[in-house]
Amino acid sequence: MRELFPMKQVNGFIFSLLLTVIALSVYFLDMSFELGITILLITAFVQAGVQLIIFMHAGEGEDSKTIYTTLYYGVFIALATVFGSLLAMVWGYF
Amino acid sequence: MEFFERFAIPHPSPMIYASMVAIALVTIAIAVGITYFKKWGYLWSEWLTTTDHKRIGIMYIISALLMLFRGGADAVMMRLQTAVPENAFLDAQHYNEVFTTHGVVMIIFMAMAFIIGLMNFVIPLQIGARDVAFPRLNALSFWLYFAGAMLFNISFVIGGSPDAGWTNYYPLANNEFSPSVGVNYYNWALQISGIGTLMTGINFIVTILKMRAPGMTLMKMPMFVWSGLITNVIIVFAFPVLTIALLMGTFDRQLGTFFFATTDGGMDMMWANLFWIWGHPEVYILILPAFGIYSQIISTFSERNLYGYKSMVASMVLISLLSFLVWLHHFFTMGQGALTNSIFSVTTMAIAVPTGIKIFNWLLTMWKGKIRFTTPMMYSIAFIPLFTIGGVTGVMLGIASADYQYHNTMFLVAHFHNVIIPGVVFAMIAGLIYWWPKMFGFMLNEKIGKWAFWFITVGFCFSFFPMYITGLDGQARRMYTYSESTGFGPLNMLSFFGAGLMAIGFAVLVYNIYYSFRKSPRNIGDDPWNGGRSLEWATHNPVPEYNFAVTPHVISSEALWDQKKRGHQIFRDKIEKIHMPNNTGWPIMVAGLFFVFGFSFIFNIWAGVILSAIAIFGFMGYRSFEKDDGRYISVEEIKETEDKFGGANK
Repeated sequence: MRELFPMKQVNGFIFSLLLTVIALSVYFLDMSFELGITILLITAFVQAGVQLIIFMHAGEGEDSKTIYTTLYYGVFIALATVFGSLLAMVWGYF
Repeated sequence: MEFFERFAIPHPSPMIYASMVAIALVTIAIAVGITYFKKWGYLWSEWLTTTDHKRIGIMYIISALLMLFRGGADAVMMRLQTAVPENAFLDAQHYNEVFTTHGVVMIIFMAMAFIIGLMNFVIPLQIGARDVAFPRLNALSFWLYFAGAMLFNISFVIGGSPDAGWTNYYPLANNEFSPSVGVNYYNWALQISGIGTLMTGINFIVTILKMRAPGMTLMKMPMFVWSGLITNVIIVFAFPVLTIALLMGTFDRQLGTFFFATTDGGMDMMWANLFWIWGHPEVYILILPAFGIYSQIISTFSERNLYGYKSMVASMVLISLLSFLVWLHHFFTMGQGALTNSIFSVTTMAIAVPTGIKIFNWLLTMWKGKIRFTTPMMYSIAFIPLFTIGGVTGVMLGIASADYQYHNTMFLVAHFHNVIIPGVVFAMIAGLIYWWPKMFGFMLNEKIGKWAFWFITVGFCFSFFPMYITGLDGQARRMYTYSESTGFGPLNMLSFFGAGLMAIGFAVLVYNIYYSFRKSPRNIGDDPWNGGRSLEWATHNPVPEYNFAVTPHVISSEALWDQKKRGHQIFRDKIEKIHMPNNTGWPIMVAGLFFVFGFSFIFNIWAGVILSAIAIFGFMGYRSFEKDDGRYISVEEIKETEDKFGGANK
């Protein structure tokens, strides 16, 4: 029975519910804008990771290496684009 | 009557009326010709509905050549206009439209189509596959590109061409400064063909990762396949940015938003930022496949393995990463501080390192090789010094402080033509001539080909080297004329002379196709260059529909060469029935609807927009429930075809 029970998935489900509750708390609790955005950003990225790894099976199967490589590449480009744009459009004027 | 006035040209001239008549006459002539020779059925069943990657590749290349002549005509008009001071051949407005369409047509509809066409034809053959991973998606990609290209090309006879430059900067491109529908054309033509390109990107990544012949590990792929893989990864990451930027532009112009406005919290330079986040990777999307083509050609005609295979791959991966880190060098003069400019200046110059590695690898491949000076090889050899000059001036432009001097001058124009023409255009011509026998079963005449080569190369030098000098002397780009006292006259005349030589070169190239079609022998064997190293030369000439009668097995990165020299056996299996995709009219019809959608949106004809959108979703819904499992080619049929060619395991 123990082998059949999808422990990982159930734990993942509970964990993602927990993340949702934390994210929701930003709306219900009275906190500063910066703190709220920080909480939202962190929970959002962790949530995306949980979904990809546990529920979309990114790490299983023969293609996992390709999937992770593409993922890292994508994250790198996303970060470069966002921070580069901020540098170009907002921070870079002094 | 007001409804029809929107379709009138805002700024007509006899030349535009003449082209209207010409377009009408050519269209009628083609339709009459096809009807007269009773070719509609053949055209529909063999070409327009095909899902065969080879035919789609050929259609891409034909469209690209057409666009090359459209964009080339624009180029000659510009050189003619600026050949002498105070010329009145084109007025300012026409000149703006001409340089805008020249840029867009050459980059999006010529160069992109050409490289995607070559990738379509060559990559499945080189990895030993029967087709791409998603053949129907591939057909849709082509037809969307074609719909976008046609939409863009009717702009100058219906409603007016875009005139804000191929970079289409805001606020110049907003409704206030560009009131005609030109920029709407720009937005929608690029949007529609961009969707096609994005699908191509996904299609080829899957094809290369999942459909390689048994034994072909990633590090045993031919270099063109590697360059194709990396290019398509860049496409998938870069094109969504363009999609969004164009959509924001459309919203601004047609739905009253303020993304790129100078008021109400808009940021006009955000367009430049987004455009170049796509635009800089875009130039690497063009140049990396070109590098792949040169790698194949230089290795074939030097009869040596490619020098430094691993460093070639590593430098392409590095280029692909760096290509996303340099976009700001396109607007160093926007007004941001020294720190920001320095960061992007350093990343820009860093790209010269992996590119330099590749240049040395090509030189070392030729070193002590048995070089044969065939036409494709001559383009490849000319590419190396010419491209290096372009690269070095690129590093000059990459120095942010010095860029304030070069920015927006003819120096910049000379630089990017110096990398794009010897880099991309030479590669496309060389690749076309190199793979021509695989596509059509005969070789192009070498003697005429070399004449074309010399005209194009010498013409290129005369066209663009004078611009370095006038640019440093301060001739601004995109200016429709200049006064005699500037002294730019003679050098600009030299440029015009060079442009004329290039035009003759391309005419010779076309004549060569006609001549060789009439005169070239057809019994040329499977490896007509007599030195082919990769799998595409292992199958018949011209390639049968199923590419390979039996699945090839690969042991080394030079599969065919090692079969010839070391006795490796590529084809060892028995012939079995082959699963192939069916032809389908679905992609061309959907692309036609996209054309209607784009056209209606450009002119704010909302009924057309809504109806075509519903129809597109209808087609997609139909596709979801359609059952199409493809078809099988029987063993007997394969044996019959193979016997005609002389056996599967020869």
